[in-house]
Amino acid sequence: MSEAAAVKPSLLELALTFNHISLASFGGGLSAWSREVVVVEKKWMSEEEFLSILTMCRILPGANQVNVAIFVGAKFLGLPGAFAAVFGLTFLPAVLILLLGAAYFQYSHVPALQNALKGAAAGAIALTLSMVFKTGRKCLLGVIPWILFAATFFLNGILRWPLFGVLALTAPFALLRAWPKNKSK
Amino acid sequence: MKDEGLNLIHVLILFSSLSLLSIGGGNTVIPEMHRKAVDSYSWMNGNQFADLFAISQAAPGPSILLVTLIGYKAAGITGAVLATVAMILPAGILVYLVSRLWSRSADSPLRSAIERGFAPLTVGLVLASGWVMSKAADHDWRAWILTGACTVLCTTTKTNPILIVGGAALVGWLGWV
Repeated sequence: MSEAAAVKPSLLELALTFNHISLASFGGGLSAWSREVVVVEKKWMSEEEFLSILTMCRILPGANQVNVAIFVGAKFLGLPGAFAAVFGLTFLPAVLILLLGAAYFQYSHVPALQNALKGAAAGAIALTLSMVFKTGRKCLLGVIPWILFAATFFLNGILRWPLFGVLALTAPFALLRAWPKNKSK
Repeated sequence: MKDEGLNLIHVLILFSSLSLLSIGGGNTVIPEMHRKAVDSYSWMNGNQFADLFAISQAAPGPSILLVTLIGYKAAGITGAVLATVAMILPAGILVYLVSRLWSRSADSPLRSAIERGFAPLTVGLVLASGWVMSKAADHDWRAWILTGACTVLCTTTKTNPILIVGGAALVGWLGWV
């Protein structure tokens, strides 16, 4: 695959990049932002590697985006890379959210801010939907991928099945379909 | 603030244990956080918890920073830092180990099957999270029009996403959604 396509980033660049991803994600939509930066802008990962990591990061314990930062950081620079990416992802947003929280406990609500956040959420959902279009265009080729996609959405989004139940049903089919034919081990 | 020391211990125990239990993402343990923070320790009431949840969803950064706010309410800045580190570290170590395995197994058939097979599932999960987000944000028809317009803009043009979300925030700030 395009494993070594990208130039290895420095610790500082990892931290700054994840800081950038994180700060851009007001209103939500962090997955879409990570893809935009990690795959499209920086070309640190191929689309397939990023999407597969995203689902593994959902299965594993911990916040999904923290997990993605660990995967990306560790891929390039091991443990220090993972630390740098997580630090970049969380530090400034944690300071910001503390300021917001302190303001909230002071004034109990901030109407204009709440309205702005509602608008931002509508925009962030748009980014998420557009990620669905952009990635779906590339990977939903054929009937079986479409069925797997629709079943996963329906079970998880509409019926609100827990992730494990959903993947226990859909992942075996996905893996079976994609298992390499020539046994080279 | 005489309880701060005890609260710090509770913060540490609560979030470091929830860290490894948060299988499927931070949102899966929010009911348990609510139970402890509101019912067991009385750090805040239910409305405050709901508001902090909304702040953490909309503010920039991972929504797991909800724990930063809970820690802050329980035991000040020290509580905020402790809660954040306790929530991230145990699961983080596990994920780091898995990521090492992942990078070492570049040639394994399982990794190649995951890479080539999981994409449709991921896209389905991403669509589901967009759907759930819109439910949580209590989207009405005006918000859906805004979302629809932004989706078209973001999918068909190369507009910087910052401008799209910023513009949507402005529309909200003006009170139109």
